[in-house]
Amino acid sequence: MTQAERLYYRDDPDEMLLRPLDGLTLIYHRPSGITHIVDSPVPEILAALSHEPLPARLLLESLSADYDLEGEGEALDNLAAHLEELCALGLARAR
Amino acid sequence: MRHHLLLAIGPARFRIGSAWRGPIDALRRLYAAYPQSSQDDAVADFTVRLEPAGIGRRWWRPSVRIAGDHHLPDAVPMALRHGLLAAEMGMNLQMALGWRRHLLIHASSVEKDGKVLVMAGESGSGKSTLAALLGERGWRLMGDEFALLDFATGAIHPFPRLVSLKNQAIDVMRREVDDAARFGPLMAATPKGDIAHLIPAAEAVSRMSEAAPPALLLFPRYGHAPDIRAVGEGEAFMHLTQASTNYVACGEAAFTALHRFVTTVPSIALDFSSGDEADRMIGRLWREYAG
Amino acid sequence: MSAALLASLLRAPQGAGRLGARDWNAVMAAARAERLLATLAFRLEGVALPDPVRAVLDDARFDAEREKRQALWEADRAAAALAPLGIPVVLLKGAAYAAAGLKAGEGRMIGDLDILVPRDRLEQAERALLAAGWEWVKPDPYDDAYYRQWMHELPPLIHRERDRMIDVHHTILPLTARPVPDAGAMIADRVDLGGGLSILSEEDRVCHAVAHLLADGDMAGGLRNLWDIRCLLSDIEDISRLEQRAALHGLAQPVARARRLCEHLFGRGSLDLGMVDQMFVARLLSADGWGRNGRRLLGQGFYVRSHLLRMPPLMLARHLWTKWRKGHRPA
Repeated sequence: MTQAERLYYRDDPDEMLLRPLDGLTLIYHRPSGITHIVDSPVPEILAALSHEPLPARLLLESLSADYDLEGEGEALDNLAAHLEELCALGLARAR
Repeated sequence: MRHHLLLAIGPARFRIGSAWRGPIDALRRLYAAYPQSSQDDAVADFTVRLEPAGIGRRWWRPSVRIAGDHHLPDAVPMALRHGLLAAEMGMNLQMALGWRRHLLIHASSVEKDGKVLVMAGESGSGKSTLAALLGERGWRLMGDEFALLDFATGAIHPFPRLVSLKNQAIDVMRREVDDAARFGPLMAATPKGDIAHLIPAAEAVSRMSEAAPPALLLFPRYGHAPDIRAVGEGEAFMHLTQASTNYVACGEAAFTALHRFVTTVPSIALDFSSGDEADRMIGRLWREYAG
Repeated sequence: MSAALLASLLRAPQGAGRLGARDWNAVMAAARAERLLATLAFRLEGVALPDPVRAVLDDARFDAEREKRQALWEADRAAAALAPLGIPVVLLKGAAYAAAGLKAGEGRMIGDLDILVPRDRLEQAERALLAAGWEWVKPDPYDDAYYRQWMHELPPLIHRERDRMIDVHHTILPLTARPVPDAGAMIADRVDLGGGLSILSEEDRVCHAVAHLLADGDMAGGLRNLWDIRCLLSDIEDISRLEQRAALHGLAQPVARARRLCEHLFGRGSLDLGMVDQMFVARLLSADGWGRNGRRLLGQGFYVRSHLLRMPPLMLARHLWTKWRKGHRPA
């Protein structure tokens, strides 16, 4: 399966506790007990994810409605890379 | 075990057992002002054992293994003449690995006007000596090793164990405290260098169950030209997670308490080259931030 | 011996009302040494206790809850790493009890994640885990060769970011051990939990726990393992099916012994035990009121015994020789 076909989603949003800190965001991930410190656009991506599995392309559309994103092709690659990192950490899931 | 003692320091009660009389006698004397009882009368939070490091090692070149509820499997045994240090290390280890009722920050703390100054840093940063010094100069010593952060209220609870003075700090405090009876025996050439314990001032012990809210967090650094620098919330958070032995173990409560701490308490890095200089700098900072 | 008091409290929690401070200090130290403190806390739920006792037990329960959450997360991560291979991931021991919500999981401390995979998929599983961030704990060529040739698991792996260990088993006892449990049958009869995870059947859970207590380990921490077995036995509906299954795995005698020991220590009470059973009981109850394992010599006897069970004598000699030359001694 290529990355473009992967569908991304997240479990119950209650799994994470988010707190602003100095322009960064602290995340306490309840199932793992791990604290993450993340920068934009990670909190925005997490907010865009839901129970419903969606391809990166559709997630990008909903993100660009709220945020000013540059260069369509590059933005999609960046978003896909972020999503894969989040999956590796267990903060997002893919299928 | 043959010799034993039950001892309360701050909110924690330790049952200390020993194969030898010496370390228990030393604890009884140095902790005379603290609540002491027996294992028949009170229930301990932690058990510490000072046991022979091998068969026959009770008499022959006696060597102490530090064990207990929580222990490090590869801890090197210590000479019996350093038995008091072994007992202290055993108690610290129980707190570091086993305490769950507060967030444990590897920091010293002192209180004045009902507000707490917390000093965090590596060993050698001078945080312990500074706390001992301030504890003789109008502040109440709350602890030289662990600051206990209350999950619910955000207050700091005291853990005023004996102050552990290392190397030059021993002379610094001998000049400051004009009472030989407040010092424990000099233990030369321990794995940590020369060590002597100092009994905290009477008020530190009599008020050891009184918590107070934190007003300032310092990251002191001894051996540098005097300087101060503001520390960001993110940096303070990172430092304190590193300086806490139970942050991960305490989970969400620790996350919430530490976030509140760094977003409500100002953080300053403080470089200094002598105790008197640090005392003056802290006085100015205190008026500014806690006045 | 304080472990005897611990066993009696686990069996009959109401007895807690009679204990004084000295008993509590002793029984809690013994329970901590046996990794049964949080289990004791669960058993004493609803029993009136002195405040300082309650505080210590609450801390222990808190720790057990966290370990359970972390074990489930590690299981989730392992399942995610192995999902693309379509390999059945069978959880063993603590993580299995936690994932299935079994009584044996209540208050149980869970260390490493143990999983069972089919032997012919072992290499694939290893590669997938290495790709997902696990790495070898100690790259020692002798240990590595020893594990691969004779043991029932891969050398342990640790996750480089989460710092948690995983033991990947392909059978449940070393290949050199005399009883040879049928791992293939265990995997075939697994119970699916969803999410790519499964656990052993009721009967196989007992067989596996018994294999570890009586045929594998040196009995260190044995009281906790026996408590596991006691809880797992209470899930068994048809005891004759357990007996058949134990016979299939060559574990009929150990399972029968474990049932006697459970009945003696945690059941209706003192059976008239034979000499060997009595030796096991003495070893299981060896923790004293300071949390020490009083009978060290007995413990060493069990260590040698466990090696004899696991390895034919010549191989044992070769193994010990290699260990000693490198400065290790059985401790």
